[in-house]
Amino acid sequence: MATLRVELVAAEQAVWSGEAKMVVAKTVEGEIGLLPGHEPMLAILASGEVRITLESGEQIKASAEDGFLSVENNVVSVVARQAALI
Amino acid sequence: MGAQLRVYRQKIKSAQTTKKITRAMELISASRIYKAQQRVAASNPYSRAVTRAVSAVATYSNVAHPLTTEPARIDRAAVVIFTSDRGLAGAFSSNVLKEADQLTNLLHEQGKEVVYYLVGRKAVANFGFRRRTAVQQWIGGTDLPQVETAHEIAQALLAAFNTDYADGGVDEIHLVSNRFVSMIAQIPEVVRLLPLEVVEGTEAPEASEVFPLYEFEPDAVKVLDALLPVYIESRIFNAMLQSAASEHAARQKAMKSATDNADKLIKNYTRLSNAARQSEITQQISEIVGGADALSTAGNED
Repeated sequence: MATLRVELVAAEQAVWSGEAKMVVAKTVEGEIGLLPGHEPMLAILASGEVRITLESGEQIKASAEDGFLSVENNVVSVVARQAALI
Repeated sequence: MGAQLRVYRQKIKSAQTTKKITRAMELISASRIYKAQQRVAASNPYSRAVTRAVSAVATYSNVAHPLTTEPARIDRAAVVIFTSDRGLAGAFSSNVLKEADQLTNLLHEQGKEVVYYLVGRKAVANFGFRRRTAVQQWIGGTDLPQVETAHEIAQALLAAFNTDYADGGVDEIHLVSNRFVSMIAQIPEVVRLLPLEVVEGTEAPEASEVFPLYEFEPDAVKVLDALLPVYIESRIFNAMLQSAASEHAARQKAMKSATDNADKLIKNYTRLSNAARQSEITQQISEIVGGADALSTAGNED
């Protein structure tokens, strides 16, 4: 099964990157779940939690503030001015 | 000890003390360049992601946004000058200020009014000395730039950009800063920030090409609204980081040559003081010999 390549970057450094099964993030329109094969998308992030589910089922949580989210060819970039793993 | 010899010794001592200071500054800068370079590298993924997103919206949607469209008339331009807080960095700050002067002349020739935004104590001091006014200035922390400062600068610039000319707003924004090329080369550079020319972006697709259809959430205009300030901020932050790295590199270079010069001075003064000491000794000997000679001749005559 295809996986998502996830990049979580903050202004000062890259916070996390890797392969994942699913990404859940909060946009200004509400929470959105992304699975592999999602259509290209650009969304504004609302400050809140980003949950990344790895293939092993493990979950990584991060907080993101002031940013946006882009999806393209199974590459998900979560870009925030301030982001940190919780 | 002769007066001349004492003067030389004093000079040697002062050159030695200065050398200690410049050597220490050189070492400090050398260690900080590395950190500053790492910060530039660490901020790269962010600016890359932001740039890609901006070019995606700008190319894949046909939204006319005030930040991207060229205004019909440009009457006033803002120039942001990035210098350092502290001196002893060679021509680091003066290069940027010179570049800014050239830009000012160019803009004046085009019939534009120029207003200034200054970053770094050196720019502020320079403007104070030349009795020029600046709209806003930020001092402190140029050697370790913070995102918050970049955010503040971006907000101030955007506010000015969104104001009408009649109310004191600007139609164009330029950044003048040092770009870090290598340890020995830092180039002062002018970048037009607004209206936007997206650099290093994806090339505009051919008309016949099938675009990856982006879905915008909530819609293209709102996404662009939110994205552009972030993009501008990231460009400003990048300029600040580059400038910080360049500052340390320039300081290291300047302090290295200062240390070398101090070495040369010490060597020259040591030679001079040796010569002075030797001539003093020679003089004393000839005085003694002369004196003894005179005494013995006087004794013989008796």
